[in-house]
Amino acid sequence: MAVPATASERRAVKSPKGGLERRNRYGILFCLPFVLAFLVFNIYPVFRTFQMSFMNYKGFGKETFVWFDNYVRAFKDPLFRDAFGNTLKMWGVNIVLQLGLALLLTVIFNDIKYRMKGLGIFRALFYLPNLIACTSVAFLFKTLLDWRFGSINQILMTMGVISQPINWLTGEGMTAQLVVGVVGAWMWFGNSFIMLMAGVQGIDKSYFEAATIDGAGRWQIFSKITMPLLRPIMLYVAVTSLIGGLQLFDLPYLLSGTKGEPGRALYTSVFYIYTTAFTNHQMGYAAALAFVLFLIIAVFCGIAFKLMNQKED
Amino acid sequence: MDAKSKSVKALLYLFLILLSTLCFTPFWLMIVNATRTGNEIMTGFSLLPGGSLAENWKIVSENLNLGRGFLNSLFLAVCNTALVSYFSALTAYGLAYYKFKGAKVIFTALLIFMMVPSQLSMLGFYDLVNQMGLIDTYWPLILPSIASPATVFFLRQYILSVMPKAILEAPRIDGASEFKIFHKIVLPIMAPGIATMAIGAFIGSWNNYLIPMLIINTPAKRPLPVMVAELSAVRDITTNMGATYLVVAISAVPIMIAFCFFSKYIISGISAGSVKE
Repeated sequence: MAVPATASERRAVKSPKGGLERRNRYGILFCLPFVLAFLVFNIYPVFRTFQMSFMNYKGFGKETFVWFDNYVRAFKDPLFRDAFGNTLKMWGVNIVLQLGLALLLTVIFNDIKYRMKGLGIFRALFYLPNLIACTSVAFLFKTLLDWRFGSINQILMTMGVISQPINWLTGEGMTAQLVVGVVGAWMWFGNSFIMLMAGVQGIDKSYFEAATIDGAGRWQIFSKITMPLLRPIMLYVAVTSLIGGLQLFDLPYLLSGTKGEPGRALYTSVFYIYTTAFTNHQMGYAAALAFVLFLIIAVFCGIAFKLMNQKED
Repeated sequence: MDAKSKSVKALLYLFLILLSTLCFTPFWLMIVNATRTGNEIMTGFSLLPGGSLAENWKIVSENLNLGRGFLNSLFLAVCNTALVSYFSALTAYGLAYYKFKGAKVIFTALLIFMMVPSQLSMLGFYDLVNQMGLIDTYWPLILPSIASPATVFFLRQYILSVMPKAILEAPRIDGASEFKIFHKIVLPIMAPGIATMAIGAFIGSWNNYLIPMLIINTPAKRPLPVMVAELSAVRDITTNMGATYLVVAISAVPIMIAFCFFSKYIISGISAGSVKE
């Protein structure tokens, strides 16, 4: 969406004469409910989390100030490190598939030679998995992937793709992580695709036509025109996916049967924070973990921005 | 178009159709399996529905009050959608068309908090709710909707691009109150933008899992996703896979039906870049 001209904003602010001051009080009045709710439910909780991260606090009862103890512990905690490693692996599988597919589809639907039809209906079908509650999707796949009675093994065996049922979720840790990555990609590639398409629609069609007339090949058009012009939206998709991905929780939590099994393979960072806070009742420590994770996300986003901008030269 | 291009085109369509099938098959299997008995499911798969829907429903309804969960979710989603729509529109209008001290501060804070990941506020939010004694009530699931930074941001941009300030002059000269102007003139103009955001808010609320799971303890008060997630604790249902599929289907099918009607709005909302919760 285009950001409206600043001129109209300026006009909105400088309206002529009489009753201006008094009328502008309504602006405050209109924003008041939002501001109150924002202070209570958005701003205060973040500060409270920050405060708790310096406390020894169970989530109830007394809290004692412990300086940086929680942070020191967080940086040395092998479980947190493992959980973060798991998160990265699952997110890695997820993002490669998700962005790869979205990009491929964007190229297919924008090919000026083939002029593919049915964008509306395909887009809707690809987006469908996004809409279903994560709990339902997780439960559905858990049941479909059941190694003895699940439909997926039954289908694969009938088709002769495999001879033995694969133990998707309760065998090897790697397999389970792969499943989470793939299911995540299945859920979210439609969303990335729609955003990339929106980005492409912003590109002037005459670029493509001119390039075709000049005899540019498909690959040249893609790498020299589409990709560079898509960079901002790619960056947006990648960064939002990174922020979302490093906070991966619902899917592995529900697919694993809530303890991160097999082994601890499906334990993610937020999963660990959740367990620390609400099962082990170490609220203060969990708060410190949340801030450490936030720092890591910020660093990753910084790197992503750097990398994307470098390519421009 | 020569023969080679034609066959490439056919292949591309085949790929798209395969991918769509891949997206839809799990849901289809869900619907099919919801109508088959546990034994049938264990012995093999089928792509056609069976005849045991009523039987499965009996097992489900004896063990889980899904109707209640459905109503709980509906109630929460309607409240959240109404609050998000009304207060975000009001705030967006206030920020965009009035000049007052602090407007800049509010807008900047709102932009910053659009980027703060939710896990930073989760623990503090839970603690706040706990201190206020609101655990196991709906208030903490509803009231935060009054402040939805991303929606305010979207609607502010939207209203600035669709409504010239001059529209407000005539009713003001006629002596209409500012509230009346908002309700009679501004809201209708913003309606398409609000609708886009409202659908996103509804779906977000309907699918919300983590916060309700933390806050609601009483089983009867649980919204649908939390009920579905607690499913593994109900032995009679998990031992019968047909019933399991039926529970999942009941939670997913209403959204799928709604999507048939609203897919255009939903997709234009994402293209606008902010259905993300």
